[in-house]
Amino acid sequence: MIEFTINGQATSLDADPNMPILWVVREKLGMTGTKFGCGIAACGACTVHLDGEPVRSCSTPLSAAEGRAITTIEGVSGEDGELSAVQQAWISEQVPQCGYCQSGQIMSATALLRDNPTPSDDDIDAAMSGNICRCGTYKRIRQAIKVAAGLETAQSEDEAQESAA
Amino acid sequence: MSEQDTGTQAAKKERSKVAKWSRRGFIGAGVLAGGALLIGVGVRPGNPVGKLKAKVAGGAGEELVNSWVKIGADNIVTAIIPHCEMGQGAHSVLAQMLADELDADWSKVEVMQAPADGSYIVSDTARMFVAPFTMNAADWIEPTWDGLFTQIGRLADAMITGGSSSIRTTGQYQMRIAGAAARKMLIGAAADEWGVPASEITTRDSTLIHSGSGNSAPYSDFAAAAAEQPMDSSPALKEPKDYRLMGKSKRRTDIPAKVMGKADFGIDANIPGVELADLSYAAVRRPPVPGTEVTSMDAEAAKAMPGVQQILNMGSFIAVVADGYWNAQQALNTITAEYSASESPIKTTADQFAAFRDAIDAAGDDGGEQAASRGDAASAFADAATKLETEYSAPYLAHAPMEPVNCTAWVRDTDDGAKCDIWTSTQVPLMARSAAAGALGMDDEDITVHHPFLGGAFGRRLENDYVTMAVRVAKATGYPIKMIWSREEDTQKALYRPADVSRFKGGLDAGGKLVSYNNIFTQRHDPAEASVPGIYDIANTSVRVAEAPLHLPFSAWRSVDHSQQGFFIESFIDEAAIAAGADPLEYRLNMLGANTARHKGVLEKVAEMSNWSAQRGEGIGLGVAIVESFGTVGAEVIEVDMNSGRPKMLNIWAAMDAGYVMNPDGFRNQIEGGIVFGLTAAMYGEIELEDGAVKQSNFHDYQMLRMDETPAIEVAIINSGTVPVGGAGEPGTPPAAPALANAIFAASGKRLRDMPFAKQFA
Repeated sequence: MIEFTINGQATSLDADPNMPILWVVREKLGMTGTKFGCGIAACGACTVHLDGEPVRSCSTPLSAAEGRAITTIEGVSGEDGELSAVQQAWISEQVPQCGYCQSGQIMSATALLRDNPTPSDDDIDAAMSGNICRCGTYKRIRQAIKVAAGLETAQSEDEAQESAA
Repeated sequence: MSEQDTGTQAAKKERSKVAKWSRRGFIGAGVLAGGALLIGVGVRPGNPVGKLKAKVAGGAGEELVNSWVKIGADNIVTAIIPHCEMGQGAHSVLAQMLADELDADWSKVEVMQAPADGSYIVSDTARMFVAPFTMNAADWIEPTWDGLFTQIGRLADAMITGGSSSIRTTGQYQMRIAGAAARKMLIGAAADEWGVPASEITTRDSTLIHSGSGNSAPYSDFAAAAAEQPMDSSPALKEPKDYRLMGKSKRRTDIPAKVMGKADFGIDANIPGVELADLSYAAVRRPPVPGTEVTSMDAEAAKAMPGVQQILNMGSFIAVVADGYWNAQQALNTITAEYSASESPIKTTADQFAAFRDAIDAAGDDGGEQAASRGDAASAFADAATKLETEYSAPYLAHAPMEPVNCTAWVRDTDDGAKCDIWTSTQVPLMARSAAAGALGMDDEDITVHHPFLGGAFGRRLENDYVTMAVRVAKATGYPIKMIWSREEDTQKALYRPADVSRFKGGLDAGGKLVSYNNIFTQRHDPAEASVPGIYDIANTSVRVAEAPLHLPFSAWRSVDHSQQGFFIESFIDEAAIAAGADPLEYRLNMLGANTARHKGVLEKVAEMSNWSAQRGEGIGLGVAIVESFGTVGAEVIEVDMNSGRPKMLNIWAAMDAGYVMNPDGFRNQIEGGIVFGLTAAMYGEIELEDGAVKQSNFHDYQMLRMDETPAIEVAIINSGTVPVGGAGEPGTPPAAPALANAIFAASGKRLRDMPFAKQFA
């Protein structure tokens, strides 16, 4: 039995300690917000937090979670369901396209802003360049991080109402 | 590993008998079963509500107005969208178009993915592919044409999302008409009830209003009666001045779920009635060389691995079925196999490029198929004051969507005969159904395709190779399986954007004008006009195709032929400008041919945005390219800094004219993404061959552009009003690579004629 907490819930599982956290979360716990992208920690789609630190869950064995706290995208919102500042900025800046990588992007951005509430462009590059977005939403991810940090103003739905030139 | 975890075959068989499949259960889960066919839904005279109503209007108090729109007792308008949502925003923008014509309250509009059903063929998309000339016809809703293309569409299983077509076909010709027709039916029903002329009834925010009598009512009050009204197949549509939703950046409806991890993609499929712990997973391996078979395998070690349930040699692939994907893949990794010999003479990248050059050489000065011809290009070349001979190349590319290829399938016997359900991310749900039917020897009607969000596609999910594999495994097991490809399998055993070589001979007159354009290459797939430099007025033009074999199978890749041809043509034009001693942007402007007001517009706009004529610092240069694709004209300028010895992209400006943009923010997002897609290919994209197999395997050696290398991107939209409107998904991609190559030349004097670029700098 391996004991850990996931999104604040104490959990114990009789599972292979070598199994990556990604597959435990998706297939044993049924939380599918965390995505499989590459299996070799090269794309960031599977990013979760382990005791608050972002890790690539596709390459982190369950044994590493023993006695520790896993946070997934499902655990980012407040207890009342209120979206986090990062999630809200992802909406105001209309970041996602296909959305498949965005759970991992949000987990990386959330960890960045907790450690560095006012990141520079270089800080954002350093924290986010492990996360691939094949749809190419990097411009919007950068902008959304700045909005979540309060460095830029969110695009309100009304402001987005402009007609094209 | 506990005993239960090993999940013996016998236990699995038992469970599949116990888990009763229930059609009611599927409907209750919000997934709609297919079956009966209707023809000409939505735009046909007459209102074919009938059987479809039972399938789409499931909730209590819901009435179907027509097949693209549903109005509930709560006055919620549901737009039923026949296209897939793969990140391009089609669900939202098509709903905007329908809701605008319907005068619906946007805050009470919901979006529903249309089921994979023949009623939802996108006939106008089929029409664009089969007979694009009819799209401009003034009588585009003329019943004969319409019926013909509905028939063609149905026969071709044309429920397609591709070709940057959703807005310009289904949106313009079906959703808007459906919205306007539904509004007219609601008005007709209210007019009958209130005893007033229909012409006196107005609509606003999902409400019917008759100011003379003071009557007003929500649409829902008349939904049932509206269904009895005659349907007008050519209702008047709004003029742009009357748009309330079209042309506005309404927020996308799919985004909230995507930031909460709640959006379901194909890989997230749950099977109703099957417990999470009971689902089985398949890992698969195809032979490394295309067209070969598994002749033998040694799976002894795999049999003893944790969780393994079945190991299958399917001939064209090996499958390991286990209690989880990771266990399945770990076991598969231990299997060794022998494969049949490949008949392809091409073993390496060099072989492939030699085949291209041999075909071009063999075509000589006038061989091959003539793709475009004007004047006498050969004589004009002979007489030219300045001659330019260049050769360009582009490699094979994989699509690499972030969601690896996957498909969940369940094939089983029921009281009603054999049935199959499929859950998968696909751009072509009805073709997926046909592919499954063919592989299983079943009828289409016995197969139900469930198609949630796609985690990227870019053309990869127009193919059904993976659907066929999954249903074959599911038939062999008899219980449901979720097949997931590893990233390595996805990279190495897919279908590919073809490589190619393109040669040019250009002749300039004494004034530097390009008077002879001779071009020959080997790959022509789609669209046919991609290789024609039609925007330019060149007196003597010859474009030829010398067909050459491809070792890897073809697949459409975002912008298809434009992805190579944009690079070839716009690099060559840039070289002609340099040879003429001209400014590359001015040179293009001066060379534009007839009907190019939009091209002039985007070039002038992008020059303004980039401050083109301003002097840049040492080692910094600008490059421009212009490509018309999928009805949209796009010009891009890139600013690159070469001072470190490697290209560092600083800025990219894009000016795009799609005629009229339905959702500006959504359009910009598509162009931004298309640019990053094009720059990724330009910098890194390369699939190479070794021993007949693909060399690259995962993101470490098939690299993607990442945030730290992505330049600042600015997109300007020009609404020139051109009809029909252009697409959004693909047109951002083709100008990116040539603009970058041209910028690198401007900054460094180094002309890059072969993609990709990054490896050409130490």
